[in-house]
Amino acid sequence: MTTDEQGTAHLGADAGLEASRVSWGVDGRLILDGVDCTAPPGAVTGLLGPNGSGKSTLLRVIAAVQPAGSGTGEPGVRFGGEDLAALSRRRRARVLALVEQDATTDLPVSVLDAVLLGRIPHRSLLAGDSAADRDVAQQALATAGALELAGRAVATLSGGERQRVHMARALAQRPRLLLLDEPTNHLDIAAQLHAMRVLRSLADDGVTVLAALHDLNLAAATCDHVVLLSGGRVAAAGAVADVLVPEVIEPVYGVRCEVLTHPRTGRPVLTFEPRTA
Amino acid sequence: MSGTTADGPGGAERRPARGAVWLPAAVVVLVGTVLVAVTIGPAELAVTEVWRSIATHLGLGDGLGLEPLSRIRDGMVWQLRLPRILTAAAVGAGLALSGVVMQSLTRNPLADPYLLGLSSGASLGAVLVLLLGVPLLLPVAAFGGAVAALAAALGLAGALGAITPTRTVLAGLAISQLCSAAVSFVIFWAVKGDAFREVLSWLMGSVASATWMSVAITGVAVLVLGSALSLTGSVLDAFTFGDTAAAALGIPVNAVRWVLLIGVALLTGTLVSQSGSIGFIGLILPHAVRLLTGARHRLLLPLSALLGASFLVWADTLARTVFEPRELPVGIVTAAVGAPVFALLLWRGRSRA
Repeated sequence: MTTDEQGTAHLGADAGLEASRVSWGVDGRLILDGVDCTAPPGAVTGLLGPNGSGKSTLLRVIAAVQPAGSGTGEPGVRFGGEDLAALSRRRRARVLALVEQDATTDLPVSVLDAVLLGRIPHRSLLAGDSAADRDVAQQALATAGALELAGRAVATLSGGERQRVHMARALAQRPRLLLLDEPTNHLDIAAQLHAMRVLRSLADDGVTVLAALHDLNLAAATCDHVVLLSGGRVAAAGAVADVLVPEVIEPVYGVRCEVLTHPRTGRPVLTFEPRTA
Repeated sequence: MSGTTADGPGGAERRPARGAVWLPAAVVVLVGTVLVAVTIGPAELAVTEVWRSIATHLGLGDGLGLEPLSRIRDGMVWQLRLPRILTAAAVGAGLALSGVVMQSLTRNPLADPYLLGLSSGASLGAVLVLLLGVPLLLPVAAFGGAVAALAAALGLAGALGAITPTRTVLAGLAISQLCSAAVSFVIFWAVKGDAFREVLSWLMGSVASATWMSVAITGVAVLVLGSALSLTGSVLDAFTFGDTAAAALGIPVNAVRWVLLIGVALLTGTLVSQSGSIGFIGLILPHAVRLLTGARHRLLLPLSALLGASFLVWADTLARTVFEPRELPVGIVTAAVGAPVFALLLWRGRSRA
């Protein structure tokens, strides 16, 4: 299914995503407090952290869709060496795509129409979808493993199917940077692995992937790098084997943690116990 | 059976064809509706007489060698029925279109063109003229009331920060309730004798007193503002999955919402000033058209306008003929006829979405 993503820019010397000193707060409470975060191109970077650590907010600030709050300082979000905030909205929407958590609609929209929304930044707002737009949408559906859903109504899909459609909608934007907020939330294990496999194939095609994840073991098994947030700050960042260690995990999550090594893949496997008082 | 999955691209290509069928069909229906409706009424006018009158006024009479109608019969067509029918068409088109935009912008299926307190604001302006003798022309007072309510609602929503859908709906509700209370108070305090009927008929909406001036005002508003709103299809599509999704597709969410809310409000305010607040069309017709054709706005916007125009012309034709010589306020007919039709569509569409 990993058809060649023709048309996606392959940038050899791409610097990937570099966010520095990102702060964002509301009502005097800082949600993000000087976050530095990088995601290299051609890799899947996991954004980890407990509930309320600022993962979703960071993704939305990077995507420049977070409503104005009291940002402090001069946060810089650069991608491929370019300042993302300096791009026009439409150009930014051609560079990056965001897959939100639980985006739904009550409207009677077909899956194909939903995916075609991803072409909006690429065409005049007065034009309809061209044959080329429909080709891109079909390809995006194929890549996300949702081709057989094309004629269904979005409202009738299961959680896993809907997630694939949102992924396809983001892919139809042909982004070089893909941001995902808990793309595996509420999915069964097969659907989780499928989603991560799609991200892997995109990364192999040169896309920079940054995905907020809850499941540390899923991140350990599938990510190249991880950034761990805690209370709006970066607690640790780097290779999976360096960050997912008990000394880092235990204080951030407030649990006891042991790390084993998977006998076949050699990747870390984490087990947890409540911290005894 | 095995070939069905290969038809994916074919399914995609049927889409433009669908719009290409619906829109011309809706235009034909509207033109037919106007030409037939103008022949229906208490005085039996033959279809040929109606067209003779219209052709004569369009300056085609001599060229076609037509004999002009008697003044009374000609006046019936040209001074009474045609302005009324064309006003109904323009009001129906504008309200249906405004309803689509309002529902999409607020992502609220219960939103209608009057959401920002427009109808109660206009009603307040109208009752002040009708009952308290405020020295203004009724349409001017109604439009002024609508604009004042709009300004108050947007001011309230905007003062709370970004105008999110919820804030828009709640601010509109607050202003609307306030104006309704004022309307009720004025009626309760000042109404005497026949004035009550006049007020009631205005409050329920009517195009009975339409003139060529009403046609000009509503027609220009629909052609200018309505055409502009009809072009916003892609922008409204982008809101399908909410504000953040729209922003991620490169849409300036807040600016778009301000501009479109004001556009819809000016259009609706203009229509209300001529016809009073006719209910149902702006709320239900967009849902009915969505059930027919799906939620893509490039087709939904113009098709809703065309079908809304035909719908209101027929509703008004019923309003003036069913209990003839008495007239019903057209708002009663739109709901009484429209609700069962809509129920049927809901029932038919129950398996889809």
